[in-house]
Amino acid sequence: MPNQESRDSQAFRMSRRKMMKGVAAVLGAMALPEKDAPASVWDAFFQKNFRELSKPELEKVIARLEKEYSGQYGKAVKVHATPPIEGVLYGYGLDLSRCIGCRRCAYGCIQENNQSREPQIQWIQVLQLNKERGVDLEEAELYYNPAKVPEKGHFYMPVQCQQCERPPCVKVCPVQATWKERDGITVVDYNWCIGCRYCMAACPYGARHFNWKKAGLPAAEMNPETHYLGNRPRPVGVVEKCTFCIQRVRNTPGRYTACVEVCPVGARKFGNLLDPESEIRYVIENKRVFILKEDLNTRPKFYYFYAT
Amino acid sequence: MKMERVRRAIVPAAAAAILCLAASGALAAHQQEEQGAKKGAAAAHTPHGPQFAVPKPPFSPGIFPCSDCHKEIRPNPTRRDLKDEHTNIVLNHAQGQRWCLDCHDTANRDKLRLASGERIPHEESYRLCGQCHGDKYRDWKAGVHGKRTGMWNGEKQYLLCVHCHNPHDPAYKPLQPMPPPVRPENVRK
Repeated sequence: MPNQESRDSQAFRMSRRKMMKGVAAVLGAMALPEKDAPASVWDAFFQKNFRELSKPELEKVIARLEKEYSGQYGKAVKVHATPPIEGVLYGYGLDLSRCIGCRRCAYGCIQENNQSREPQIQWIQVLQLNKERGVDLEEAELYYNPAKVPEKGHFYMPVQCQQCERPPCVKVCPVQATWKERDGITVVDYNWCIGCRYCMAACPYGARHFNWKKAGLPAAEMNPETHYLGNRPRPVGVVEKCTFCIQRVRNTPGRYTACVEVCPVGARKFGNLLDPESEIRYVIENKRVFILKEDLNTRPKFYYFYAT
Repeated sequence: MKMERVRRAIVPAAAAAILCLAASGALAAHQQEEQGAKKGAAAAHTPHGPQFAVPKPPFSPGIFPCSDCHKEIRPNPTRRDLKDEHTNIVLNHAQGQRWCLDCHDTANRDKLRLASGERIPHEESYRLCGQCHGDKYRDWKAGVHGKRTGMWNGEKQYLLCVHCHNPHDPAYKPLQPMPPPVRPENVRK
């Protein structure tokens, strides 16, 4: 059938391989920034992982971010990249016999760390527990709202990132966008995170939060003192978490975290685990201390204790 | 004050000694002396002023110094319920065992009084509280009881006991909690 053959040779035949190539090319092109995108978008697109940045590269990245945020929020935003202090391993103490569950810490944290107000992201979650049941997380109440706290027969346990020595969230990250720093703080490179949320599934403390939408952060309330690995504004589609106020505590002298300073009952203690004179060492050596979900062997550096 | 003067005299003497004597021996002596001085400062309260940097005590407005009114009044050391003044103060702090003049000094109305009879300023009231609440005093000095602000690896600010606990009614008062987080089912889509 010569007619049929000649028709076949002239007709456009789409093979499966050809189609896949075409789809890949189109999708690849869509992932690239637009043709007339500003240079900074291309810079962000080709930015390396934070830990692979050389000093001049890091300076360039920070200058770019500072420009971007300053324009966005209409004030001079500083992005620091202060490295860990040698000989410091941060530890945190929380006195369950003092905490009254007033949630001042959760809101102090939001202010300091530029969390999204709407949709709401809170790094600290305060649980109300029954005194008779003890630390029974199945019975915990997150949404309690009486006129006055503490309520009779209850105690309160704020939960935030426990800064594990063996963090399961770090282990599961497929792109190494999250890691534990030398001073024990687990951090996220928001520019490297791909938003797969494996770390959220792996964290046994519910300490990681996802940016489903653009952060609702009023420019007037934005804290302009930021750290690259901490409270700088986060893009959509990345995971964030408590960093022990990395922008405060890494300075010499470094301030206490925002939650320590805002707690009205002084239930929160912070210091260097390697310094025998520190408050946190006094707590561990003299008080009844426990760590949350010890059986998981995550080895948190967040110590709940009873001062009385 | 006396110790201060003695120390002031010792420092030049030690400096002279360093110049004259063989360096190593003199340095050792100087260091020892310095250590001794430091220990003294930590142990003693009064000769060097208050040991802890604390903010001003939270007096009710217009009430301090007490001597403004009390210098005209002859102290009446008999235990009684106050009928004319300070009626807003309701003692709810081991009221069966004590009254005003167990903590406020009779002779000097601007001072507090320890059980030993020692008069202390209000800035050192933690020593008065520490007489009974020794365990809390110990934790407070270590920075574990009560709130501290400032630098975790530098200068810290303490609060006095009375900044959180009303000395006449010390139980911590309940607070209104901040609003709870939004329930997932109420999150706007």
